[in-house]
Amino acid sequence: MATLLAQVAGIGWWAPGVPNWPSAAHLLSADLPWPTDGAPTPAARRLAPNERRRAPLAVRIACEVAGQACSMAGQDPAALPCVYASMHGDLDITDDLCTTLADHPLELSPTRFHNSVLNAAVGYWTIATGCQAASTALSAWHGSLASGLLEAASECLAEQRPVLMVACDIDGGGALARVLPTSMAHGLALVLVPPGAAATGVTLRVRHASGAALPAPAEPIALPRQLLAALACGVTREIALPAGAAARLDVTVSP
Amino acid sequence: MPHRIPALAITAFTATSALGRGCAAQLDGLRQRRSGLRHNDFTAVPLECAIGRVAGLEEAPLPAPWRPFDCRNNRLAWLGLGGDGFLDAAHAAIARYGAERVALIVATSTASIGATEEAYRCLEDGRFPAHLAHPHLHTLHSAGLFLQAVLGTRGPCLTVSTACSSSAKIFAQAERLIRLGVVDAAILAGVDSLCGSVLFGFNALELVAPRPCQPFDAARCGISIGEAAGFALLERDGEDLDAPRLLGYGETSDAWHMSTPHPQGAGARLALDEALARSGLAPSQVDYINLHGTATLKNDAVEAAVVGDLFPATTRVSSTKGWTGHTLGAAGILEAVLTVLALQAGLVPGTLNTSTLDPACGPQFALDNEDRALRIALSHSFGFGGNNCILAFAHGARP
Repeated sequence: MATLLAQVAGIGWWAPGVPNWPSAAHLLSADLPWPTDGAPTPAARRLAPNERRRAPLAVRIACEVAGQACSMAGQDPAALPCVYASMHGDLDITDDLCTTLADHPLELSPTRFHNSVLNAAVGYWTIATGCQAASTALSAWHGSLASGLLEAASECLAEQRPVLMVACDIDGGGALARVLPTSMAHGLALVLVPPGAAATGVTLRVRHASGAALPAPAEPIALPRQLLAALACGVTREIALPAGAAARLDVTVSP
Repeated sequence: MPHRIPALAITAFTATSALGRGCAAQLDGLRQRRSGLRHNDFTAVPLECAIGRVAGLEEAPLPAPWRPFDCRNNRLAWLGLGGDGFLDAAHAAIARYGAERVALIVATSTASIGATEEAYRCLEDGRFPAHLAHPHLHTLHSAGLFLQAVLGTRGPCLTVSTACSSSAKIFAQAERLIRLGVVDAAILAGVDSLCGSVLFGFNALELVAPRPCQPFDAARCGISIGEAAGFALLERDGEDLDAPRLLGYGETSDAWHMSTPHPQGAGARLALDEALARSGLAPSQVDYINLHGTATLKNDAVEAAVVGDLFPATTRVSSTKGWTGHTLGAAGILEAVLTVLALQAGLVPGTLNTSTLDPACGPQFALDNEDRALRIALSHSFGFGGNNCILAFAHGARP
């Protein structure tokens, strides 16, 4: 199976209490406890003030981390193809849609409906940044992060251009969230560039491999945190992310 | 602009829609100009519209091993998978290359949300009833988990969900994985089924027509929603000279609005440029375009202008949504299959239900079916979020 090699030119992160990549890197490299509270929504400064007020949490998180990663990479977001990965999309909106449909289907909100598509976040991002490049939205159960990394790396190498990858999920309060594995809201963004395109930055190698299935993570946020820890540790580290039945994505991060 | 890419062979394909199960039913419906649309008999709360409903799903539960996945969307996937010998072709590819060398890329807009809606209609103390509480029923990747269990692939397996462009984009993603050597073949699946979310959601946006949709008609007044399952097997260009080819694709974003297209079709034009560049084609070489043609006022106006500006009259164009309805996340692959069938049959499907063409449409538009030799065709798919994907196909191997 081919190994795909790209450089990480930018990193973005947001979770309550850990609002950016430097704070996450500090916690992870010093092995400090991960906070469980903090500002419940990110600033998402790349969104226009009007959009920011109306944007659902899932969209705000995606735009926040994407903005961080593009700034760190020194890349104009308008030129970057975007890959958005999420295990559940916007659980709050799905909960609201299904509640309304059960009682008063003719009262469904048109805005809520078009915000319910998985590519809503990437749609708002491309509108906010004037990006006309390709954009996609992926989901693959516990393999969602792996699917985003693989697609971003393959688009970066196949097209020989920088690509933005964002992986986000939110917690939900409704009946749907009770049957699904969820954790606190969080978002991770990477700007991947073809090898040699960035003067600095770590190297990421991804390789899909079959074998025994990996156990489900204790909570979904454990997977992006595992990748962040590898990015923060300063030495070469290999991790394996779940990637469907009897398969995994081997990820090697090298300084 | 992107470089030209090697073509891929489409070595097996099938589609199931309101026209019936399998390719022969699709082609027969096109030839006979028999629409699959009927009056909405799906929603409990009345909604005046036509729908493209696949018959028999209510009486076809999944076989026992896969019962935890049983819901309308996965039943449709199962019904579709068995068409045209596709399941056998998929198994043969897995045996030929090895399970880890075959990707399974699924596309859907709303997945099995119909089952989630049902659970919300019968909550017990704010919780899902036991028979609907299985988490694999309520994930966007439900059909991906189900189809991987059925097929036994071990390559990358994921779901693309970009609204109405979803199942066009899976062709592009598969091409990248094959070109980079990550896999040798890809099984593509697009499945979307009728549910309250889309019927009442598009109704809330005032985009649902009270009568069967009339793409590009001067009197058009919105979409008819349908359901479909489509499958395709992609492999490197090989010895089978007759297998249809994927020549290229263009994927872009409008960067304009969440639910209306860019007024000049900027994203669609860019997607066309990219699709033609990757395919090494000039517009004049395109014999047929299966348009997105949803029958909304704005989509059809923008798309007609784009076609009129870029293509000669010898490029024949039409929308097949009058036959199948708009099958949303399955539209890309359903219409890819219809496009390939048109190439093979030498048939330009007309634009069913449309009698008075919008004056904005150029001489490229076909209302009646036309018999003519076709070699190269495109298929347009545009979705919410301004998400565009255009695919280019050839009748067989290039000389």
